[in-house]
Amino acid sequence: MTVTRSPLTTQAIWAALATVPDPEIPVVSVTDMGMVRDVQIGETGAVTVTFTPTFSGCPALHVIRDSIGQAVRDLGAAEVEVKSTLTPPWSTDWIREDARERLREYGIAPPAPAEDGLIQLQADATRCPRCASFDVRMTGSFGPTLCKRLYVCDACKEPFEGFKSV
Amino acid sequence: MTAPATTLTETQQAALIRKLTALADDEIILAQRGGEWTGHAPILEEDIALANIAQDELGHAGLYLELRRALDGTDPDALAFTRSADEYTSARFVERPKGDWAFTMLRQYLYDAYEALWLDAARHSSYAPLAEVASKAFREERFHLQHTALWVERLALGTPESLRRTQDALNALWPDVGQLFQAEEGEAELTAAGILPDLGAVKARWDGLVVPHLTVQCGLGLPPAGAEQPGRGHHTEHLAPLLDEMQRVYRAHPDAQLW
Repeated sequence: MTVTRSPLTTQAIWAALATVPDPEIPVVSVTDMGMVRDVQIGETGAVTVTFTPTFSGCPALHVIRDSIGQAVRDLGAAEVEVKSTLTPPWSTDWIREDARERLREYGIAPPAPAEDGLIQLQADATRCPRCASFDVRMTGSFGPTLCKRLYVCDACKEPFEGFKSV
Repeated sequence: MTAPATTLTETQQAALIRKLTALADDEIILAQRGGEWTGHAPILEEDIALANIAQDELGHAGLYLELRRALDGTDPDALAFTRSADEYTSARFVERPKGDWAFTMLRQYLYDAYEALWLDAARHSSYAPLAEVASKAFREERFHLQHTALWVERLALGTPESLRRTQDALNALWPDVGQLFQAEEGEAELTAAGILPDLGAVKARWDGLVVPHLTVQCGLGLPPAGAEQPGRGHHTEHLAPLLDEMQRVYRAHPDAQLW
């Protein structure tokens, strides 16, 4: 028995990738994070997905790459290539607006607008994701993953994680 | 405009391979030293922070070695895990044992300031693949510098004991730091072609950032500068045992597919 599938479209691929979670922050997908740059279907039906790494040393990169490949293969694509590009470099400004809200509800303060090129010794202002107060203290400038920092809110007394603005 | 790899001459390509390897080697060795604190840092947050920084530095080493792979096809893992001390080109600055917390933070700070400023300049490289890598890594490096600058300040302005240790660390590290700013063979030609940053200009910016911070802000005394540094082929006796430790698993299982 053969399974007939509707022809693969880039739209269908984008939709499938929108369900691939970030392995370290499962409330957002790889497309929410702005990691997927491009989807191309070649004449022979081979699919090429171009993605950009968030942090260069992120240990989840190969998991992300494999999940992207798997999601496209699950749609019936016989040949999938997952390419990575560094240009332009990923920035937290690319995280979608609704995904920022989901991050906040999950307890992670979304990133402030990224500044480019400035070497400064001060950290960005951050708002408590729980009570929205700016009365917060950074307790660790590196968190459990490369993309996050640790804070405590002095208003509601809750500890929380904040996304670095990159 | 940026130049594609094909426009490099053979000499330029060889010099660029040497430089990329030296950059990667410094990152790998420093990351290994940082990783030695895992489970041993004074507080949990700093254990996590140093592991993060080490992970970023390894990420940068990976980027440099991927650039090298594009030029000569060598495998980054094989380069990192099978070369002996004789073949490594790390600076003695990063090889020294991790020391105490003040030594670790001060070394990482001096290195982070150098790396951030070097990357800042390399973002304008005429060699597009390097410009891309530098733009990526620069964004991450700023966080290291913020973190370690604050620690150096905290230690220098802390107790008499923490000040003494920080000053001792500076006395020990200062003579070695110049090696980071020493050009490799053939590097001048690459700098003239706009492919690599001008190390003299990077050093001038580094002095402008680091010296007032250490002296005015932190109240530390600058020791005299070190004598002329030997080349990167001259290692400390600390490199070989570090590589023994770092490469043990890879060498024991050279064909492993999954880690």
